[in-house]
Amino acid sequence: MGLLSRIFGKKSVSEMPTEKPAPAKAEVEKKAEITKKEDKPVAEKITVGHVHMSGCTGCLVSLADNAEGLLTILDKYADLVYGLTLADVRHIPKMDVALVEGSVCIQDKLSVQEIKETREKAAVVVAVGGCACYGNITRFGRGGQPNQPQHESFLPVGDLIKVDVYIPGCAPCPQLIRNVCVMAYLLLKGTKDQQELAKKYLTPLMQLADRGTEACGCDLMYDVVNQGLCMGCGSCAAACPVRAITHEYGKPNVNREMCIKCGACYAQCPRSFFNFDVITEFEGIMELIGGALK
Amino acid sequence: MGTELGKYKACVSARSTSKEILKKSQDGGIVTQLFAYALEEGIIDGAIVAGPSDEPYRPRPFIATSVEELMTARGTRYNISPNVSWIKEATRSFGLDKVGIVGTPCQMQAVRKGQLYPFGWRDVDSKIALAIGIFCMENFSYQSIKQLVEDHAGVKMESVKKMDIGKGKFWVYTERGATVQLPLKVTHKYEQPGCHVCLDYVANLSDVSTGSVGSPDGWSTVFVRTKNGDDIWSKAIAAGCFETKPIEQVKPGLELVSKLANEKISKNQKTVEERATFGVNKALRNPYIKP
Repeated sequence: MGLLSRIFGKKSVSEMPTEKPAPAKAEVEKKAEITKKEDKPVAEKITVGHVHMSGCTGCLVSLADNAEGLLTILDKYADLVYGLTLADVRHIPKMDVALVEGSVCIQDKLSVQEIKETREKAAVVVAVGGCACYGNITRFGRGGQPNQPQHESFLPVGDLIKVDVYIPGCAPCPQLIRNVCVMAYLLLKGTKDQQELAKKYLTPLMQLADRGTEACGCDLMYDVVNQGLCMGCGSCAAACPVRAITHEYGKPNVNREMCIKCGACYAQCPRSFFNFDVITEFEGIMELIGGALK
Repeated sequence: MGTELGKYKACVSARSTSKEILKKSQDGGIVTQLFAYALEEGIIDGAIVAGPSDEPYRPRPFIATSVEELMTARGTRYNISPNVSWIKEATRSFGLDKVGIVGTPCQMQAVRKGQLYPFGWRDVDSKIALAIGIFCMENFSYQSIKQLVEDHAGVKMESVKKMDIGKGKFWVYTERGATVQLPLKVTHKYEQPGCHVCLDYVANLSDVSTGSVGSPDGWSTVFVRTKNGDDIWSKAIAAGCFETKPIEQVKPGLELVSKLANEKISKNQKTVEERATFGVNKALRNPYIKP
């Protein structure tokens, strides 16, 4: 019995039907009251799985770093139906949302098979973290490591299957993973207004998935500075996990030797995407997410 | 247009009640005074401001954790200080749990994007305690401002006492008392290109935003925008930090702010549209559509 079984009672997650009869359109606040009365999971949760490819587990740790926020998510909004070490399930089950961490080693048959299976079984595939989105540090893997020296080619998930949503970064922040989880819930189970909001919120992350599977600090040059869009705010430098970006006279200067190709800088840049219809509502959205996690 | 000033709860004309702050402030000393109050009251642990560097009038993002440090950052430098670049470091190396940040409208956009979409800003979103925005028509690189001051105005950077943009001119005041004015037309070609797609003049996404436009000399126009901003601003007023006048009773008033905001937004909106047909069947990227 894993952690989740202890949280949710004795039922094994693999036995749970993925779709349960749900009271239609319960609002977040209303639901909060419902949960208080029950110690079993509420019916209209979404099902989420964590699929582990070639990554360092840092993204999973980042998810877990939401601390009590994660427990609230698991309590109210999502059942974790698959996840190494977290859910006692051997094979990839049917699920609403698959959070994929890590890139795919194409010499490892099981990985290739599992990522394809993930696409078949999951309604929404989310690439979590730089490796899944862009290859990240695994782009530099060239094999030779014990005990599988022939494992030398690592591809971003999007090179093998269609990915719906990107969450770049190394590791992506706990708060972003949390926001996406809440929005995914609202998209699938929320009221009409909440669905609209979730759609708008997730759109740029879906567009990032469409944009391609290559990222580098150079994107700041190619797609921001070269395009006449940089205004020197400093977002990119603050986002870089390896401190490869400094600002010289108000413009980013990327130390390309240090760049691990996680894609955080470009995604963080307000001139990569800036969706006025969502960001202008920051106060309400932050309250909504804060309220949802209470 | 009606949306050019963004959402706000209140708008006043104000200035600091501290003589010390006003001595070297750009206008009403709003940013310095509000941060000083917030620091002293423990509303923020420190503020990211545009501090001095080893070159005259070249700002450097600087984390002020005392009023003395805050004082070194008074006044406007008219060139880029990537304040947002310190936002995560402020919560880490500097250990701040409640961060204040001042910035241009685009920097406020960056801050809010970073709160809703924190790709790389781990544990930052809830630690931004006070974001003060400043009105901004456009910004300059350091090299641009140097060229304007040294080549056009003929003043050495070392001897500049104050720079100002107002009344349709770029003003340079020297330590020895001379005043040089340049028509704004001269400055246009030196503007930072990235500013030409910006659709925000009065920092719509800040907690509190301020600038000289709309208020008399020595005073600033202040927009109180968010619940958080409103809370801090009312406490600061109650503590006697500011003298205020209703914006309706001052000249030139809100009308001028609206006029300039509309001018900026429509000019830049046009630029954004023109970028769509910039080449031959080739567009420049539009960040407001997709990444």
